[in-house]
Amino acid sequence: MARPRTERTLRGRVAVIGIGETDYYRHGASPDAEFKLALKAILAACADAGIDPREIDGFASYSDDRSEASRLAAALGIDRLRSATMQWGGGGGGCCAAVANGAAAIVAGLADCVVVFRALAQGQYGRFGQTAGLDTVSGERAYLMPYGVLAPPQRFAMRVQRYMHEHGVRQDAQRAIALASYHHAQSNPRAVMHGKPLDEAKYEASRWIVEPFHLYDCCMENDGAAALVLVSEERTRDFRQKPVYLLGAATGSGPRTAAMAHNSPRYASASFDTVAPDLYRMAGLGPSDVGVVQAYENFTGGVVMALAEHGFFKPEEANDFLTLENLIAPSGRLPLNTSGGNLAECYMHGFELVLEAVRQVRGTSTSQVTRNDVAMVIAGPMVTPVSNLLLGSEAAL
Amino acid sequence: MSSGTYPSYLPPGLPIPVAEPDGLSAPYWIGLRQNKLLVQRCAHCQTWQFGPEWLCHRCHAFDPAWVEVEPHGRIFSWERVWHPSHTSLKQHGPYVAVLVELPQAGGVRMVGNLLGHPMQVVTIGAKVEGVFEHHPEADPPFSLLQWQSRRST
Repeated sequence: MARPRTERTLRGRVAVIGIGETDYYRHGASPDAEFKLALKAILAACADAGIDPREIDGFASYSDDRSEASRLAAALGIDRLRSATMQWGGGGGGCCAAVANGAAAIVAGLADCVVVFRALAQGQYGRFGQTAGLDTVSGERAYLMPYGVLAPPQRFAMRVQRYMHEHGVRQDAQRAIALASYHHAQSNPRAVMHGKPLDEAKYEASRWIVEPFHLYDCCMENDGAAALVLVSEERTRDFRQKPVYLLGAATGSGPRTAAMAHNSPRYASASFDTVAPDLYRMAGLGPSDVGVVQAYENFTGGVVMALAEHGFFKPEEANDFLTLENLIAPSGRLPLNTSGGNLAECYMHGFELVLEAVRQVRGTSTSQVTRNDVAMVIAGPMVTPVSNLLLGSEAAL
Repeated sequence: MSSGTYPSYLPPGLPIPVAEPDGLSAPYWIGLRQNKLLVQRCAHCQTWQFGPEWLCHRCHAFDPAWVEVEPHGRIFSWERVWHPSHTSLKQHGPYVAVLVELPQAGGVRMVGNLLGHPMQVVTIGAKVEGVFEHHPEADPPFSLLQWQSRRST
């Protein structure tokens, strides 16, 4: 589709030319420092692309990543740092937005080669799932923590419970999402849960973390790093890999999503009610064009909401749509989280999902889908800001 | 000990709520210590707002007024927590947190615990009433607002 160059869009203007990650570890098990993990992933992504790391002139990340752009530039001996963007907001809601911010820097002429990455070593810096070292709390936490609403599972369970109540969604819908992630992880040697299959009986027998989340509805916590390299579309033919183009990106949230202490007007929501239409508008595509989805699973219930908000089914259809056979590669109705994702590959704060979408478009996934010209990534359900991406092949442009 | 006679629902050791250094929520926390539930309501456009903010989200008037609200409402959502995410909850067993909607205050919501048996059946929409839970010996002292089922009306 020819579009005038004056149009404000990322569609077709930027491509992923390289991806890389470290080994993925259980939380606290990395032998490497967090910053070293970041460097390893960045060098792996550059090697994949066949680009000299000294050509990097920008970095983009999210969730207050501790591996700062300027330190990376110094460590890598980069001559010119031209872009350093950080997406506001905790959680994984920024894993797609970071790609969009890096791409926007390229389109705007602020940088030519941007690395987008995330690195986590929880043994060195503490886990998200435990609250420690806080004597007093103020702000939003003061309205929650004294009541034992401390960590992400407890902060999000009430949202999902309300959604299940409003739309008649059953536990089975959440279970299907967990089963699909574990199914795909069994083909993926990178996956932390490779060789550890999950079936319905094991899911049902697993302990409650917080109702309505069983153990297997909750993401892992892991150590590792993942990175990708972006350049403008004019340069894509200079590199080794088949380019994977950005077709669209969006970020944000709807009215007063951050209203404190669970006062968001659209409470039973994954925060995509305004963001999903933005994505489709930029890409000029709709849900039926999407062949494969990587959807951030902090908790499976958030995936149910996020997929519905992206138009793949109505909330009332969730129980029928969300079955294992519909969600698996190569040719389920909507193959989901084909690397194992946050539940079973690695909790790289969602960045492993972006890399997997690139692999699907390249045709190199360990659970390759047949319809792979358009791949979606959904980041951070239920937080704000959330974000999303559509990636595609040259044929999809 | 002040008027607080209800025992603490959760074991001691969880983080203590305090107002921010800028004092935004101080009236709320002081109110709870005096058995009063205070919620912001804009004096100009009558919009209710919780948690507090420095201005009204509807008309942008600064410093919304604090008004006392009857502590009763309806369960908007709930969860039963099993996994201890804090050392003080280890060995404690399940507990219930509820999100309560206050129709008499513009539908603002607040989180608390549902007093009573942790395995009780919890129903969205059920009526609940507030119970002030005081911690005068804590350093600093603080009070919470808990909830219990209301006898059928």
